[in-house]
Amino acid sequence: MLIRKPSDIPSSEITSESSYKDFLSRRRFLRTAVSGAAVAGGAIVGADRIADLLSPRTSALADAAKLETVKSPLSTTGEQLTSLEDITHYNNYYEFGVQKTDPAKNAGVLPTRPWTVKVDGLVKQPKTFDIEALLKLRPLEDRVYRHRCVEAWSMVIPWIGYSLSELIKQCDPLPSAKYVQFLSYYDKKVEKWTDESSIFWPYSEGLRMDEAMHPLTLLTFGLYGQVLPNQDGAPVRIVVPWKYGFKSAKSIVTVRFVEKMPETTWYQQNPREYGFYSNVNPSHDHPRWSQKTERRIGLPFYAQRRTTLMFNGYAEQVASLYNGMNLDKYY
Amino acid sequence: MSRKTLITLKTLTWIACLGPFALLVYQAVTNSLGPDPTSNIALTTGYNALLMLILSLAVTPLRLLSPRLSWLIKFRRLLGLFAFFYATIHLTTYLVLYLNFDWTVFKTDITKRRFIIAGFAAYTLLVPLAATSTTWAIRKLGGKSWNRLHKLVYVAAICGIIHYWWQVKPGVLSPMNLTVVLFVLLLARPVLAWVHARRARPAAYSRAS
Repeated sequence: MLIRKPSDIPSSEITSESSYKDFLSRRRFLRTAVSGAAVAGGAIVGADRIADLLSPRTSALADAAKLETVKSPLSTTGEQLTSLEDITHYNNYYEFGVQKTDPAKNAGVLPTRPWTVKVDGLVKQPKTFDIEALLKLRPLEDRVYRHRCVEAWSMVIPWIGYSLSELIKQCDPLPSAKYVQFLSYYDKKVEKWTDESSIFWPYSEGLRMDEAMHPLTLLTFGLYGQVLPNQDGAPVRIVVPWKYGFKSAKSIVTVRFVEKMPETTWYQQNPREYGFYSNVNPSHDHPRWSQKTERRIGLPFYAQRRTTLMFNGYAEQVASLYNGMNLDKYY
Repeated sequence: MSRKTLITLKTLTWIACLGPFALLVYQAVTNSLGPDPTSNIALTTGYNALLMLILSLAVTPLRLLSPRLSWLIKFRRLLGLFAFFYATIHLTTYLVLYLNFDWTVFKTDITKRRFIIAGFAAYTLLVPLAATSTTWAIRKLGGKSWNRLHKLVYVAAICGIIHYWWQVKPGVLSPMNLTVVLFVLLLARPVLAWVHARRARPAAYSRAS
């Protein structure tokens, strides 16, 4: 490559000294700004991580109100309970952040009193139940249930509540009601983390009437002998143990009886991955991973893996609900 | 840069790169990997593999920004190999802890699960890059061929980030940060090359019609 000789270059093309100095100082500024921003960004992220490591676990659990309970024959036996620590610090509650550890950190702002549950839709008379009235409706039972997340991890949780069917009896649904829809608490001003995911709020779930009326479906008020911690869906939620965990809607504010299958949040997100029924089914794979096995939470990494059971081990009690139904088609 | 400074910087880089691994080992031994240790190991090793690969991709743009940073080239291989190190542990975690060597499930995964296909593609692309990372290999292949082969790192990084996006639940945006950084770094190369070309021949550009 022949570089032009100095005499070939007209003096008009020579960069003036002042322009060159400007150019250099602009470059220096840009470099300083970029590296400064990088350092600042790194410092902020680092500080946040260190703050996480140093912050004490929430002590609110120790002060939680105790609940009086009775034993229930519907409680699952033969399973080792997951620790309270894990149940309250490993949560999917996206309104409070998408990391598993976020709800424990952020759900403190959830206002659980006053709280009412509105009952409307295809009922004889719309009603509003105060949470205190719901707590006294029936004796609270100890129900240990397996809990299987669609993400292929599972827990064993000692819930407290009574069958949802008891509440439904009080609601007087019309014969035209074929499904029940559940709407969760949603307030953008309180739940400031809702933009971390692209979900449409409020969280919506639903069950077929016979599923909602099944004795195992639990209207849940507590766990481990105390009221539900906020991050676990306080003050009232449902638990449907034979379905993937996202069906067990948290912090319920509305129970609506409807004729058509209600639109549920995760189905809206991705109908191919999250069907309406979402029964735990090891032979129906999630499009992105196998559902044949699960990881039991709280065990060492070499001992977590176990086989997933059909209907999460509740086949004896619920299989009859789906007689003749193609569970590969209706997932 | 003095030899002493270089050795100090390299030592610090080694410590920084081994940090996440050392922490993982410590947590595994003390059973403090959290509620879902298997998933924790997979996510941590995967994230770090991607992070280090992306850091290695930052070397060239930084060197293009300033000739004073040309010494960064001495760190590129280190970062790339650590990315491969974490990617290997990540793959091992999948084969041992998730599959438990169940080859029937593996066959379904590698053919039907797109996020696993993307992950496998990314890892497979890193293997020849790791294998030819030695000075001997650079000499054997010759600079030109070696450079051409190592352009595969872009494909590997893109497969890796796609693997991450396809793994998370729809609606979750955790891979966004790394995606933005990767995008900027990939874009930086043609942009900076254009800036350099323009600077070298300003007359030619200003006379262009």
